[in-house]
Amino acid sequence: MLELVNLSCQRGERRLFSNLSVAINPGKLVAIAGENGSGKTSLLRMLCGFLPPEQGTILWQGKNITEWREMYAAQLTYVGHLNGLKEDLTPVENLQFSATIAGEHLPDGAAREGLEAVGLRAQVHGLPTRVLSQGQKRRVTLARVWLSTRPLWILDEPFAALDERATRLLTQRFQAHVNTGGMVVVATHQEVAIAPHSVQHMRLVG
Amino acid sequence: MSQSGVAHAVYGIIRRDILIVFRRRADAMTTAFFFVIVTSLFPLGIGPEPAVLRSIAPGVLWVAALLSCLLSLNRLFTSDYQDGALEQLVLVPQPLTVLVMAKVAAHWLLSGLPLVVLSPLLGMQYGLSGESVGILMFSLLLGTPTLSLIGAIGAALTLGVRGSSVLVALLALPLFIPVLIFGAGAVSNQMAGIGAEANLSLLGACLLLALVLAPWATSAALRLAVE
Repeated sequence: MLELVNLSCQRGERRLFSNLSVAINPGKLVAIAGENGSGKTSLLRMLCGFLPPEQGTILWQGKNITEWREMYAAQLTYVGHLNGLKEDLTPVENLQFSATIAGEHLPDGAAREGLEAVGLRAQVHGLPTRVLSQGQKRRVTLARVWLSTRPLWILDEPFAALDERATRLLTQRFQAHVNTGGMVVVATHQEVAIAPHSVQHMRLVG
Repeated sequence: MSQSGVAHAVYGIIRRDILIVFRRRADAMTTAFFFVIVTSLFPLGIGPEPAVLRSIAPGVLWVAALLSCLLSLNRLFTSDYQDGALEQLVLVPQPLTVLVMAKVAAHWLLSGLPLVVLSPLLGMQYGLSGESVGILMFSLLLGTPTLSLIGAIGAALTLGVRGSSVLVALLALPLFIPVLIFGAGAVSNQMAGIGAEANLSLLGACLLLALVLAPWATSAALRLAVE
C-alpha cells in the first residue's frame, strides 16, 4: 500500500497543493486529473522520490520512501514525460539495458514480445531508436511498463503521442496489472477505460 | 541477489556507454584526435630544438591531456539528462554512487585510456627517453582516472544550466591543478635524475581521495539535477 500523509508541495512562490492525504491500495488504478500546472507531475515526481516533500511523508508498506530508497525503487516502474531511451540503441537494446541495470535478465525473445505487445512491428526492433516516430518511441517506453513485474507503476501522461489502438492495448494491460493486485498511478487528461470498481479518481485544483 | 545486482548494473552501464560511443565513431575519436593535434602543434610553433622540446614535453603533454578530458566531460551526463535516462538511473535499486562510478569508468575507458595508449608515440616525438616515456604513461594511467572522477562532479553540478560547458571548465580546472603538477612533475623529475616516486605517490593519493569523495559528491549533484 502506498500512503500519502499530509503532503504539501510548493514550487517557487506557488503552492500547488497542501495537506494531501490518500491511500492507494493494491488492485487500484489512481487517475490524477487537473489543469495544466496544477501539480500532477510534481506529485508523481514526489511519489518517485525525485522531489523531497516539503511537508508530509510518503509511506510504502508503512516505510518512509526517503529512508528506504533502494527497497522502494525495486518496487517501482516510472515513466515520465521523457522516454529515457538512448537514440543510438535499438528498441530491443533499450529494453534490455533497463532490465540489466535493474538486475534482471531480459532475453531477446522476451523483449521482442513486449514490443509486439504494444504494437511495434518486428521491422523496427533492430533500427536505432533515433529513426522512430514520437509515437513509436513512446511505445518502446511503454513496452518497458508492459514487461514490468513490479507492483507499483507511476506513469505521467502515458497516452501522449499514442494512437487509439495503442491506448486500448495499454489500458488492457493496466486492467490485467490491477487485477493481479498491482497498483497504477497515472496522470492523464483522458478517461482510462477500465472496470469502474478498480479506478480511484483524484483531481488537483491549482 | 544484491551483489550480483550491483555487478549487473555496473556491467550494463559500462557496456551501454561504450556501445553508444562506438555507434558515433566521430565522438569516440574527438578526444584522442584533440590530444594528438594539440601536442603536435607545439613543436611546429616552438621549433625543432631537441633540448627545448624535451624540457617542455611533460607540461605540454599533461596540459593537453587535461584539456581533452575537459572536452569530453559534456558527454558524461548531458545526454542522459536530456533524454530522461538519468531519472531511470536514479530509480535503479542500487546505490547511486556505484552507478556513478560505472559511468565514470566508461568515460575513462573512452577518453582517458586512449591518451595513455597514445602518449608513448607523442613522447617520442618530443625526444623523451624510453624511461621517461614509461613514467609519462604511468603518470597518465594514475592521473586520468582522477580527472574523470573530479570532472564528473563538475559535469553533474552544471546539468541543466545554461552555458554549462564554460562552467564545467571553471569548476573543474582549478581542481585539476594538483594532478597536473604531480603528473608533469613526475616526468620532469625523472628527467632531472631526482626520481619520480614522490610525485607518483602523490598522484596515487589524489586518485584514492577522488575515488572516495567524487562518486558521493556526484550522486548528490545528480539527485539535485533530477529534482
